[in-house]
Amino acid sequence: MKKLTYIFILGFLILSVQYSWANTITVCGSCETKSIKAAIAIAEEGDTILVKPGVYKESGIKVDKGLTIIGEGLPTIDGQDKGEIVTIGADNVTLDGFKIINVGSSYTTDYASVRVVTSKNFVIQNLVLEKLFFGIYVQRSQHGKILNNKVTGEAVSEFNSGNAIHLWHSKNIEITGNDVRHVRDGIYLEFSDFIIIRSNISKYNVRYGLHFMFSNDDLYEYNTFEGNGAGVAVMFSKRIDMHHNQFRKNWGTASYGLLLKEISDAKITNNVFFENTVGITSEVCNRIEYKNNDFISNGWAMNMKGGSYATKVINNNFIHNSFDISYLGRMNDNKFDGNYWSTYTGYDLDKNGIGDVPYRPVKLFSYIVNKAPESIILLRSLFIDIIDFSEKVSPVFTPDDLIDENPKIKRIEHDRN
Amino acid sequence: MIEINDLHKKFGKNEVLKGINLSINEGGIFSILGPNGSGKTTLIKCMLGMVIPDSGNITIRDEVIKNNYKYRNKIDYLPQIARFPGNLKVKEIIAMIKDLRASKTEKEIELIELFKLEPFLNKRLDNLSGGTKQKVNLVLTFMFDSPLIILDEPTSGLDPISHLRLKNLIFSEKEKGKTILVTSHILSFVEDIADKIVFLLEGEIYFNGTISQLKTKTEQPDLEHAIASILSASYA
Amino acid sequence: MLKILKYSFYDLMRSRWSYVYFLFYLLLGVVLLFLNNDLSKAVITLMNVIIILVPLIGTIFGIMYHYDSREFTELLLAQPIKRSSIFLGQYFGVATSLSMSLIIGLGLPFVFYGLFNSNAIWDFSLLLITGAFLTFIFTALAFMIGLLNENKIKGFGYAILLWLFMAVIYDGIFLMSILYFSDYPLDNFSLIAILTNPIDLSRVLILLKLDISALLGYTGAVFQRFFGTNFGLILSFKMLVLWVLIPTVLIWRISKKKDF
Repeated sequence: MKKLTYIFILGFLILSVQYSWANTITVCGSCETKSIKAAIAIAEEGDTILVKPGVYKESGIKVDKGLTIIGEGLPTIDGQDKGEIVTIGADNVTLDGFKIINVGSSYTTDYASVRVVTSKNFVIQNLVLEKLFFGIYVQRSQHGKILNNKVTGEAVSEFNSGNAIHLWHSKNIEITGNDVRHVRDGIYLEFSDFIIIRSNISKYNVRYGLHFMFSNDDLYEYNTFEGNGAGVAVMFSKRIDMHHNQFRKNWGTASYGLLLKEISDAKITNNVFFENTVGITSEVCNRIEYKNNDFISNGWAMNMKGGSYATKVINNNFIHNSFDISYLGRMNDNKFDGNYWSTYTGYDLDKNGIGDVPYRPVKLFSYIVNKAPESIILLRSLFIDIIDFSEKVSPVFTPDDLIDENPKIKRIEHDRN
Repeated sequence: MIEINDLHKKFGKNEVLKGINLSINEGGIFSILGPNGSGKTTLIKCMLGMVIPDSGNITIRDEVIKNNYKYRNKIDYLPQIARFPGNLKVKEIIAMIKDLRASKTEKEIELIELFKLEPFLNKRLDNLSGGTKQKVNLVLTFMFDSPLIILDEPTSGLDPISHLRLKNLIFSEKEKGKTILVTSHILSFVEDIADKIVFLLEGEIYFNGTISQLKTKTEQPDLEHAIASILSASYA
Repeated sequence: MLKILKYSFYDLMRSRWSYVYFLFYLLLGVVLLFLNNDLSKAVITLMNVIIILVPLIGTIFGIMYHYDSREFTELLLAQPIKRSSIFLGQYFGVATSLSMSLIIGLGLPFVFYGLFNSNAIWDFSLLLITGAFLTFIFTALAFMIGLLNENKIKGFGYAILLWLFMAVIYDGIFLMSILYFSDYPLDNFSLIAILTNPIDLSRVLILLKLDISALLGYTGAVFQRFFGTNFGLILSFKMLVLWVLIPTVLIWRISKKKDF
């Protein structure tokens, strides 16, 4: 008992010593310290800066030591269009609870509301970013967290807008619970590995909801991508896992829910693709596994542009898509198995839930549309139904090996939680 | 009453009416006769505005009938073949024609009685015999009391009693001072009723006058022979 | 004209065929909804029925009615009624009764299914409106053919041929020319080709609701404007109205000159 008391007292002492080392500096309009910059200047490593409600007209704030900067009641930092607003250049920095507005825009420099440069263990959370060019720009940094931020841009075209969350040459970063809208790319990753992107909402962005370039071993799940120029683009990347995401209403001429370009070893499971012009477009992709996804009411559920090897399409629902599968070029070693196709008209005499007649997901008409895009206007015409039927009976143009031997009779109920 | 001037009509290459000039005065029964294809029905249809002439014009009761339809309010027409929308009941077709002519006549009641049509009033027209249909047709024609009545083969399908009743009906209408045009192949019927005869032959009027004039002209004892002699003369 | 319309309408409403037609749609609606339980699928099947079957039935009914009522028409012609009123009245009578059979026959099962609580109501209303338009268009065309051809067999043949042409052959020729001339810009050509065939026009109108995601995949600017905005919807409806008006005017003109 006595021993325990000593340990307790000792622990308390250590804690209080630490506490006494870490000071809290309060910033407000009527305080001794009136600006965040001034607070940083006097703060020591490990200190906390508490910013009271108000508007702080500052830009070029450089956080060069490990500080915890907390806004109380969402104070506003107004950069007055003078350029970058907050730059983090030290390890162990936390930035929490600010509204940051008016980054200057420039065609030569990518100004960001918050930039993280070569830092570790940063936490950026609960920020509201408006009137921005780039939102949160992370370069050459590791082990950070970007949580629950809300970024709302005013982007109209790709050329004069930036990305909400931008990672470059970074590793082990978690991006969770953010809401990014009306920017160029909602979330952008370049040369960034081991990134986890979870439960974000990315809507109405002019280019992509989420964009991977040359990034490997990343995971994104439970995100919603809606009404973007295109939902998610994964390019030149390896081992990306994509689970439980919603790709919705990405409409337009070159629009799709998910673009896969020169990627390999990806797992795409339990996602919902709803009302996109194209659910998934893939080009030169190897060893991709599509499992338990729902493709509902898309123009094209999957558009394969060829050069793909060892694709597996298993146990997905294809429901009311104008076209289920369309392809160009050669298909090699691909496997379609056990999917549900709403246009399947076969029967199931042995009542095992699997159609007794194989299903050919590629229609002659999708082949025609690839050749002459204008013919899309003949969709669902009786004439097209007739030629599709005759092609189904004796395939001439569509590949005979592209076939689902075990089409399901009923829609597969997937766990969507 | 009726003035027809230089009426021409072709159906394709077939020239059916070749310049008909005809004047019919008010009152009396006129019969239009002629062999098959002589243009009787076409002439009648021209008067009714159903066939549109190539040239010439027709005036009925001082109204030029071209592009006009109101003059038909003063005409009762009995078509050759009686066919009606089969789903209607006799009662309904009578009401319908009355409605179409916006007429409040009640003369149909006595006509229905005359032709003994009461048992059929609630029957559908599809289920009637040809003769009964013709009776309905007659009711529809005579019920409006118009000053000009045009009858195209009125006797077809009628039993002898109805035939007699029809004849009496025509006479009583004549008594009222109406003008009645009749075409018929039954010459005895024509001979009984007609005051004047218009004989058409190959689209032209061959004869226009009374029956006795015709007999005199052809030197034959009765109408039947007179007609036969005209035809044999023209085809000889 | 309204009187003739009324009588033609009543006449048809009492005929066996109207019931057959009505029951057919009733049955179709019930089967699609209650045995299938998938509203979107039902709407797609209905679309096929509407753009193929409705014109066919309009054509056959129109031409049949025209020839069947020839003697009755003659009876009417001798009455103090304007010629055009007779034919337009009959035409509107037939087209209206057919449209009613369609709308009520399909509408009832959907109402019982609880359509009003579903967001498919707009798609469904669009289907019915398009169906009514097609009925009016093809009945008018059939009447026109009937008026131009005294010979019943010939008239019937021409009418069926017209339907076959509009429903199938036209699209075949259209597709061939698209493939043949695929090196040229074909946007305008395609749109015009669609607008000049009421069946295609109706199909595209329904596609605008059902398959808009796919239609937006095409890159041409003309298509973009047509599909991407209300412009397409409005233009399509205008064309449908025109497609009703032109044969109606022709019925009026032909009937004025015709001999009986």
